[in-house]
Amino acid sequence: MSDASYPDDLLYHPEHDWARIEDGVATFGITWYAQDSLGEVVFFEPPAVGTSVSKDDPYTEVESVKAVSDVVAPMSGEIVEVNSAVADNPETINDEPYGEGWLVKVKLSDPDEASSLLDAAAYKATLT
Amino acid sequence: MPSTAETALQRTALYERHAAAGAKLVPFAGWEMPVQYAGIREEHLAVRRDVGVFDVSHMGQVESRGPEAEAFLQRVLSNDVRRIPKGGAQYSLLCREDGGILDDLFTYRLAECEFLTVTNAANHERDLAWLQERSAGFDVDVIDRAPEFAMLAVQGPKARKLMASLADGALPPRMHCCQREIAGAPMLVCGTGYTGEDGVELLLEPADAPAVWDAIAEAGATPCGLGARDTLRLEVCFHLYGNDMDEHRNAIEAGLGWCCKEETGFIGADVVARARTTGTPEKLAAFVMEGRGIARQGNAINGGGVVTSGTFSPCLERGIGMGYVTSERAKPGTRLEIDVRGTIRSAMTERKPLYHAEGNH
Repeated sequence: MSDASYPDDLLYHPEHDWARIEDGVATFGITWYAQDSLGEVVFFEPPAVGTSVSKDDPYTEVESVKAVSDVVAPMSGEIVEVNSAVADNPETINDEPYGEGWLVKVKLSDPDEASSLLDAAAYKATLT
Repeated sequence: MPSTAETALQRTALYERHAAAGAKLVPFAGWEMPVQYAGIREEHLAVRRDVGVFDVSHMGQVESRGPEAEAFLQRVLSNDVRRIPKGGAQYSLLCREDGGILDDLFTYRLAECEFLTVTNAANHERDLAWLQERSAGFDVDVIDRAPEFAMLAVQGPKARKLMASLADGALPPRMHCCQREIAGAPMLVCGTGYTGEDGVELLLEPADAPAVWDAIAEAGATPCGLGARDTLRLEVCFHLYGNDMDEHRNAIEAGLGWCCKEETGFIGADVVARARTTGTPEKLAAFVMEGRGIARQGNAINGGGVVTSGTFSPCLERGIGMGYVTSERAKPGTRLEIDVRGTIRSAMTERKPLYHAEGNH
């Protein structure tokens, strides 16, 4: 598994999710802390493209051997792409939570929601 | 996690070892126990292919000693206690008068009139009270020994070889026990376990546990947590009390008729005998998920029934589980539709165990 890291170029939701915003579309994933708490991810079934997600509401689940964890949307919008490769190799979420382990891409309905998210330093402060 | 319970959690003699090793510690049956060290899958596979060591000091122990210890245990335990030789072990159930299961237990005969019974942590106090109450009329002392024992399990195809290198004499065969020194500490060594692999369980003084743990780990055993213990036992369909049976289930529906000998007249025997003759509306079935997805405890099974244990099997690389279904559908080869948090997923019932340890069919 990877070492703890919280890249500076991401925005964070206090329920351990991140968003990377590019041109009105955000990539979502779970943080290093989330995957470490969960343990090895063994199952992820991507939600359907076209599904609406609402900030602070669960939009999918990831499962480890032992537990199921809801994944909360850090921002609102419509899913435009899902990471099917992760469905085949769910452990990618542990290995590269911010890279190949991304979960969905969302066309944002309210880009201003970004202002309510945390930067890396503020998110890290919530973990201690 | 209930925060109110956390303040009162007990710690085993190995707590410092777990914390230092970076184990994830969780509340379990009133104890703060390691659920995993490096990762459940890795620990699981270490036990299937090599050897792992578990701290199971949360388990309780009750001693029954006295001229009528055997007669007493024959009355309260479901199996035929007379068949346990000195230095032998036996699995049995503790049943209520109505046949409801209070606990499942291993009992070791240490001497002609001296037995040690291992209880599940969550049930220990209830078992102890039940046993002491029912010992009236028998010339037997029923003594709580839980505070006096730490308990380790060393399991896996290489467990015996590892333990033999640390022991002062031969290890007991399966389903037997004997007194030995391991890494210099005196202890009861038992040829039992909860993983489906060969191995031993050790009952020793808590003060000796850290040095013994270190010696076993240094000899090459992978430290394993309760997470791997659960996946290992479920692959081989060993019951977990509170999940797969409880006081509302009897031995026959739980598939545990094999450890009930009604002719001994144990408490609950008449109910078990009747259930054995007439059958039960439901039975515990083992299943393997047909696609991806993992059924979990509490998921409803269409047509009546519920999943009692469900996890991801590291060996089968599928979701597996056990659950109660109508007896007709408990037969191997039946397709079950399970409601996994709103998604219907199919599973196939299979013969137990779901995984066969190599060379151990």
